[in-house]
Amino acid sequence: MSEALDPRTAPKFQVAAKTLLGDSQLRKNVRHATKVIQTKRAKVVGEMPDWQDLREAGKQIRRHTMRHLDFYLEQFERNCTAAGGHVHWARDAEDARRIVVELVKASGANGASPTEVIKIKSMTTEEIQLNKALEAAGIHAYETDLAELIIQLGHDQPSHIVVPALHKNRSQIREIFEREMKLPGTDFSKLGGTPQDLADAARRFLREKFLRVKTAVSGANFLVAETGSVCIVESEGNGRMCLTLPETLISVAGIDKVIPRFQDLEVLLQLLPRSATGERMNPYNSIWTGVDKAPAGGDGPRTFHVVLMDNARTEILADEESRQTLYCIRCGACQNACPVYQQTGGHAYGSVYAGPIGAILTPQLMEMHHAQSLPYASSLCGACYEVCPVKINIPEVLIHLRNKVVKQQSSGLNILGNPEVMALKAVALVFRSETVFRTAQKMGRLAELPLAHKDGQGVGWIDWLPGMLGGWTQVRDLRVMPKQTFREWFEQRGQHAAGRRATDGAGKAAEDGR
Amino acid sequence: MRVSLFITCYNDTLFPETGKAVVRVLERLGHTVEFPAGQTCCGQMHWNTGYQDEAMPLLRRFVEQFRNAEAVVSPSTSCVAMMHDHYPLMAERLKDEKLKAEVAALLPRVWEFSQFLTKKLGLEDVGAYYPHRVTYHASCHGLRSLQLGDGPMKLLRAVKGIDLVEIENLEQCCGFGGTFAIKNAEVSSAMLSEKLRGVLNTRAEAVTGCDNSCLMHIGGALHRERTGVRPVHLAEILASEEGGAR
Repeated sequence: MSEALDPRTAPKFQVAAKTLLGDSQLRKNVRHATKVIQTKRAKVVGEMPDWQDLREAGKQIRRHTMRHLDFYLEQFERNCTAAGGHVHWARDAEDARRIVVELVKASGANGASPTEVIKIKSMTTEEIQLNKALEAAGIHAYETDLAELIIQLGHDQPSHIVVPALHKNRSQIREIFEREMKLPGTDFSKLGGTPQDLADAARRFLREKFLRVKTAVSGANFLVAETGSVCIVESEGNGRMCLTLPETLISVAGIDKVIPRFQDLEVLLQLLPRSATGERMNPYNSIWTGVDKAPAGGDGPRTFHVVLMDNARTEILADEESRQTLYCIRCGACQNACPVYQQTGGHAYGSVYAGPIGAILTPQLMEMHHAQSLPYASSLCGACYEVCPVKINIPEVLIHLRNKVVKQQSSGLNILGNPEVMALKAVALVFRSETVFRTAQKMGRLAELPLAHKDGQGVGWIDWLPGMLGGWTQVRDLRVMPKQTFREWFEQRGQHAAGRRATDGAGKAAEDGR
Repeated sequence: MRVSLFITCYNDTLFPETGKAVVRVLERLGHTVEFPAGQTCCGQMHWNTGYQDEAMPLLRRFVEQFRNAEAVVSPSTSCVAMMHDHYPLMAERLKDEKLKAEVAALLPRVWEFSQFLTKKLGLEDVGAYYPHRVTYHASCHGLRSLQLGDGPMKLLRAVKGIDLVEIENLEQCCGFGGTFAIKNAEVSSAMLSEKLRGVLNTRAEAVTGCDNSCLMHIGGALHRERTGVRPVHLAEILASEEGGAR
């Protein structure tokens, strides 16, 4: 998989899933990894007596922010600017790419454009396919997050928002490193396969970049409106390197990343690491405010930019029923908990946002023009909602988006080409009348006759169904309808009872009912 | 108590034995069972698949049929969850104040069958006898939406003669998911095969639960694989008595 995950061109979920289900190594890797993270999460969540209160607090913070998003964004802009940062506004992905490319070009010494940048893991920059745009402008982006480095060197795509290389195992990673890592004076061909060996190789490979490259691009976990600060949490320290060593730092963030107060981090930085990686606290928590204005020396970059990107987020905000999608703090817990994701891994979702959150976020980022199969990529089991640290009712949003898809499919003449829409609308009419329902039950018994076979015990079974119903009989049999419906039995029994009451005289009829 | 049975469309058509079992258990416990004849479907399939306009008349029909019920009991976790989770929102969206009030007044009286026994009646032992090795499948809607907890297990533990054995992946979805089983047949099958392994590892003769839709999905594969393990609704186990025909 070297093609970028682009919802505009990706195959339908069920088509992509079918292919991925055939990759037994990938399924083994995904199942193992999700299970390990889930177990760790359950342990550290279990030790918090106030976890449900924290979730509620997290939800309220995010809900409040979204209701006053304009206010907090402007407050962030003011405070970040006052601290020496430069804030840029991007309407969409194209806008954001253009701004970042221009900023990178302008960041070189003596007016020369740099040819390289170092990057911190950022799903927002994946969302807008920033690396491709940089490459087109003659700028190579080095991913410095270990998992992102694996993806980049393997010409692969992220399959998880927290653990992008979750679908690869250790020996696959060793092979990628051996094949792709090139560094003058270092021989990666005899690379060992332990985690230490691999981390060592990555360290050697990346240190050289950290010390050489003067421009960094990052995302953001949170933007604090009250102080104009930006927060990034990570596990490796490579992010900290990118945040402190370069001369110029450019942070790209969706407008949904803002939070009102510094104190809100108290809640969110408890929820995020426990939900994401099953850690009590992230190993590296970086929070910075503008630039160090000391004329000589001082820490961190001399120039700092924040690109605030909309890219359909205000559309989501405008929809009251799915607005909660924007509460997401990108912990990935819903992905690990999802039984669908556990089977297919992330690539089936055709988007950098996979799993349940991807199934609601991606179609909305596409303003419902693409990825219409994603809201259906769920059994609505509710495991995602149960683990979500900010209580996004993902099943409810999925259903809401399904309704939008159905409205598209049943508008005008579209309906004629869609047997499912016709069938469901017809069934709905059946349920609107008891008499029609009874007739349909009788007709169903007749219609299934030609399909039924009797088993050894004389019970009828169907092992093949036509058309879209054939999905059922791929792996399951269906028992034929019993000769009598429940309501027929109940009425008959009532008549018998009434008959007996008439002959026996009134009284003790009820207990003889059966 | 006067109990109004909401049988649900698929139990009415495909699983009448479950309905009969509910009637038997409730009458054995001394309650009267009524069956409002105009009932059809709760609207879950339409609502969950995105056909929200089509589900609305079914909400109205349900309220019309059951508004005067002392208690509504239904042997389907997903249908009862549909009502509790979505009916208030549906009424809200219809902007019908009278309907909203009626839904709010009716829902606290709507119970899933096992929930009615354990939470409303406070029972565990309902006098059943079922001398078989059985495992319990917790349907997602029962588990997460209705929060049934170990209510069904308590009822099962009190059954005489039962050899109850817990499944390893109790909280994992079986992959049914309504139209998901057809729209995403391959993923649904993959999820199902994990659940099936769990069922077979228990070496149970029967797999039970509170929702025949999951059981139809699991049972359909158990039959396809000729495992000899049968699906049976919890109500049917609870209806069985020592010396009885079942």
